Amino acid sequence: MKSILKQILQFWAVYYLILLGAVPYFFPADSRLEIATKFNSLMIYSLLALALHVIVGYTGILHLGIAGYFGIGAYMTGILCTPIFPFEFCFLYLIVIAIVTAAIAAVVFTAPMLRLRGDYLALVTLGFGQIIIFVIQNMESITAGTQSLSPVDPALVPKWSYPLFKSLGFSETWLNYDWKIFPNFYLLTLLMLMLVYWLLHNLEQSALGRALVALREDELAASCMGLSPVKLKLIALALAGAISGLAGCLYVTSISSTAGPKDYGFNRSILMLCCLILGGLGNRRGLLVGAFILVGYDTILADILNTQIQQTTWSTKVKNLLQPSNWKFALFGGVLILIMRYRPEGLFPAQRKSRAVKTPLESASQSTVSPQGSVSIAPSNSPLDSNSAKQEN
Amino acid sequence: MPLLASAELDQLIQYIIIGLSNGSLYALIALGYTMVYGIIELINFAHGDLFMLGSFLALTMLSWFGLDKGGSSASTFYISFSIAILLLAVPIFCAFVNAGVDYLIYKPLRQAPKLAPLVSAIGVSFIFMNIGLFWYGPVDVAFPSLVTREKVFPSSSIQFSYQALMVIAVTVPIMIALTVFVKYTNIGKAMRATAQNPTAAALMGIDVNRVISITFLLGGALAGVASVIYGLFNNTVSYQMGFQNGLYAFTAAVVGGIGNIPGAVLGGLLIGLVRSLGSGYIDEKWTEAMIFLILILILIFRPTGLLGARVREKV
Repeated sequence: MKSILKQILQFWAVYYLILLGAVPYFFPADSRLEIATKFNSLMIYSLLALALHVIVGYTGILHLGIAGYFGIGAYMTGILCTPIFPFEFCFLYLIVIAIVTAAIAAVVFTAPMLRLRGDYLALVTLGFGQIIIFVIQNMESITAGTQSLSPVDPALVPKWSYPLFKSLGFSETWLNYDWKIFPNFYLLTLLMLMLVYWLLHNLEQSALGRALVALREDELAASCMGLSPVKLKLIALALAGAISGLAGCLYVTSISSTAGPKDYGFNRSILMLCCLILGGLGNRRGLLVGAFILVGYDTILADILNTQIQQTTWSTKVKNLLQPSNWKFALFGGVLILIMRYRPEGLFPAQRKSRAVKTPLESASQSTVSPQGSVSIAPSNSPLDSNSAKQEN
Repeated sequence: MPLLASAELDQLIQYIIIGLSNGSLYALIALGYTMVYGIIELINFAHGDLFMLGSFLALTMLSWFGLDKGGSSASTFYISFSIAILLLAVPIFCAFVNAGVDYLIYKPLRQAPKLAPLVSAIGVSFIFMNIGLFWYGPVDVAFPSLVTREKVFPSSSIQFSYQALMVIAVTVPIMIALTVFVKYTNIGKAMRATAQNPTAAALMGIDVNRVISITFLLGGALAGVASVIYGLFNNTVSYQMGFQNGLYAFTAAVVGGIGNIPGAVLGGLLIGLVRSLGSGYIDEKWTEAMIFLILILILIFRPTGLLGARVREKV
């Protein structure tokens, strides 16, 4: 009985994702739209956190500039879609272009940095993220500088396919239908999140995923086994770039503007890193929880509490002090410090590791011979995990 | 016939003076990075934000002295007296905050993998930033211009102001004192020994933890001096300046070869020059991107820096 319950609960991440789809319907109709917008951005940031997970969790590179790729995807979408420019591509094209450019950018710009290791590499990725911001800020004629490009309201399918759809029996009104209104775009984002999550799940079971994990655990040993570290790292970077590009495209389309360069800066990258570290590095499911807690606080809870506090009759000084949005830097910083100090494996340690500690033989056979749906092939030696490093010593 | 038209030459000299003045401030901050990295191989990400807190404290203390709106009514003696107090109190504050953070947060992580203290340092930097945000709010704050911008030599065409003179008069002696301290005193020798090999230093009877604390104290004090002078020289401070100037200073430390004290000074001056000449002759908005590009290029192609005394494991 207990094991059945356990088996059902094993898939909690899947239930969580399905539940996300239903969340707006728990709220009364008048606030549903607002809630949906907020949860939409939560899902987009979960996507971005998954992208960072591909780099930090699989290859062990501490990347501090993930928001740069996000920004590339976002601005690519913005530029190719706003009526200021003559492109005005449809959403189907945009999403592909955003994914491809961000992936290429990730590979091209980050490849030379792979010569470095550890903390220097982290600083260089930070510098890269900052350069992206400056480029966005300074190329005013293309990116509108510190302003934002808007409106980003692409059509769903290209114009040339309209006759085709008409011949298939779709009416004119259907084609001009605003496809971004409430449940559609929300469900699209959710679908993308599920798709990426599932993709990464499968990747972890594949030969490529195991190679990446081997690389992170011990680069020298992995290269002695015939794996090419540079090639694997570039694959991981391309994948992370692609996911961030997708997230960027969805983000820009969901808020109908590019929101200015500040949205793609260092703070965003660190927020994503916080989500990962809180949830447990190398743990795909923990990351969802980390994103839910931190992004949820940042975009949902803080907003609600802010309006509550603004409505009170307290003095402005007290209001400013109490506003949760004013505390977010301290919260993120505190999370990083406390987790590093007391629980470097995160709230949800990667499963394989705890198995490996308890029953070494069984776990080895389980993760290699019969990879169960829920067994994440996750790190036993993530770069920030002091416990495993001590074991090694 | 002069090589350059004299107006252009004056302009160039003007940029060089600004560049060297700001550069020597970056050098002071960079020394804090480089000494800490030299000893425990930690990129102390919070160092720049410590510098920001220092200038906020200086601003608050000036308001206690009644000088925060500018010192037009006060006597020169009173102004120099208060600046002297600032130059004493702010470094002490920064030194103890820095050493305290090390004791509370980095010390328990000494045995952890290298990236764990780095992530904690980013966390500390965010907490400092939040304190700064509450202290003076999210906008740029004016720092009173207590030292005049008038020329030191009124007859010459070159704009060498008293502000620039102040920067040089404070930073150069400090750098000389630091060099002497590290080279000739016992503690300085202990610091160098610990930087070379902590285990061997401990075996020789050096209290490594004490040396690390002293390094943090020294680095913090230097950032404190830099923060006061920065406020007096540039006349605006904001809660975000720590991140930006911290990265400049870190770049300076890397350019000079991290862990290398003369290198940090050289790197600081170079970054200052790049910034002012870049703003003058290329475009101000691209200078920050240029500095990050320099950081990336130096790290990729010459990770030991320009002086590169210290050869580490492949970084």
